[in-house]
Amino acid sequence: MKLELSLRKRYADFAFAADFSVEGTRLGVFGPSGSGKSTLMHLLAGLLPPDDGFIRLNDEVLFDAARGLCLAPEKRRIAVVFQHAHLFPHLSVRANLLYGYKRLKRKERRIDPAALYEVLNLGPLLGRGVTSLSGGERQRVALGRAVLAHPRLILMDEPVSGLDDALKYQILPYLRKAFAEFGIPLIFISHSLNEMRLMCDTVLEFGKGRLLAQTSAEELARRRLAESPVGYINLLRLDDRRPKEDLSDYRWGDKRLILTGGNGEGAGMFELSSKDVTLFKRHPEASSARNILPCRVSGLFAAGNRLGVELDCGGATLVSQVVHEAARDLGLHPGSEVFAVIKASAFRRLY
Amino acid sequence: MPDFAPTDYQAMLLSAKVALTATLLSLPLGFAVAWLLVFSRVPGKALIDGLVNLPLVLPPVVVGYLLLLALGSQGWLGGVLDAWGVRVIFTWKAAVLASMVVGFPLLVRAIRLGMESIDTHLIQASRTLGAPWYDTLFTVILPLSTRALIAGATLMFARSLGEFGATIIVAGNIPGVTQTIPLAIFDYTNTPGGDRLALGLCLVSIALALAVLLFNEGLVKRRQRGARS
Repeated sequence: MKLELSLRKRYADFAFAADFSVEGTRLGVFGPSGSGKSTLMHLLAGLLPPDDGFIRLNDEVLFDAARGLCLAPEKRRIAVVFQHAHLFPHLSVRANLLYGYKRLKRKERRIDPAALYEVLNLGPLLGRGVTSLSGGERQRVALGRAVLAHPRLILMDEPVSGLDDALKYQILPYLRKAFAEFGIPLIFISHSLNEMRLMCDTVLEFGKGRLLAQTSAEELARRRLAESPVGYINLLRLDDRRPKEDLSDYRWGDKRLILTGGNGEGAGMFELSSKDVTLFKRHPEASSARNILPCRVSGLFAAGNRLGVELDCGGATLVSQVVHEAARDLGLHPGSEVFAVIKASAFRRLY
Repeated sequence: MPDFAPTDYQAMLLSAKVALTATLLSLPLGFAVAWLLVFSRVPGKALIDGLVNLPLVLPPVVVGYLLLLALGSQGWLGGVLDAWGVRVIFTWKAAVLASMVVGFPLLVRAIRLGMESIDTHLIQASRTLGAPWYDTLFTVILPLSTRALIAGATLMFARSLGEFGATIIVAGNIPGVTQTIPLAIFDYTNTPGGDRLALGLCLVSIALALAVLLFNEGLVKRRQRGARS
């Protein structure tokens, strides 16, 4: 997907202005509320007329103020998944899912509904009324409805913000799977850094109606280490769980990590704060922490009054944080060998 | 049961016929005007709104008189209709027209309230899923306005049953032709010894109105059950 735009929209108390050109299939729009994320979504989908500018998607002009051209929403083929699903209350789950699909010409119906029901696990919901669905089920149906319309682009406006953490991380894998399976480009709008990192490659950072930076989710996370009290969140994909007394032993790359038990079964995505990764110059021999990993420092980055330490742990990357004084004591520099020590209780399963 | 004259039974039938015709004819128009006021971007909405609501605040006699002026053979509309050989004044069609004009604001008001409660995100979702505005109108807005349509139609039907002021001026009070229940009651109250019959017709009016309300309730309940299953 190639998206180029230059847009202006003015309200009484808010002005939106953005110019950018971006290519990719997993694009994030990041920023706090009031930053203009939703305005951008509405302008792109054709739900709000811009005051000035242009929008080009894959070289097709969707809006051009100079030429007086403004494609109607139904002609743009940009589907939207809203924060609160907004399923049609008078239709069944199946009719909701097929709403956009039925409006496609036969030759444009590229996605097999049955395959989608399988991916999003919608089979058991099909015959039900939408009022009886839970929040997570509603979002899955909303996503399915958008995918089946076979759009050129799906805009997701804070699609999991209304859900609690447990449910949110249940939905995200479905989202990833659906987009990977059906190859529809996506713009994911959110104020959550974790969601950005799980869903997007390129990130457009917005603030007060302006584009602040075009960056990557990883870069954004590192930059935020300075401001965030929780530090940098390492996202680790762990698998091959083996019970070990009351703990769990997971595989991480070619290493193994010990986690406190009760973290659920099987493979999954876990988060680990950079604050919970302590660095030692030599092997501490005996420690209450269950994980002692030999690593090589592969990079250092400044983050306010702290230093982010990028570690290469046998091919897998881990980020720790230290204060400048500790960096001097440890003699940290790219290439130096250290031991990363992590408590078994420091990990949290996301999904 | 009072001993009703044949013209009384005709009045009852005529009342029902006029109210039903007026309601059915007004429904599509009322839906369109409500849509225009709620969803469209036409300029001068306030003026349209004012015009639609005008009969609500005008005395029905004034409405009737204006209709008489427009529909009379000298009137602009009457002239056109005359050319087609259609006569409206002092026929049951005039009673329908009077009921339509007087009841229309109530109908539009009810539908509009229902439409305003529709979440705009649903309309946006429908558009982004490939539905043009008219498709959205019939597949999202109309089904979600059904309750409001039923409520509006009930109000309009009840208002038409009771319509008096405009009807007597534009349709007259001709027994068996344009005399509806309220006009017949009016006649009986002016006739010595007509009290019993007037009261009888009042009871019929109450029964009719009650039947309409119950019918409306039943429809709404059935729709709710339908939406749940």
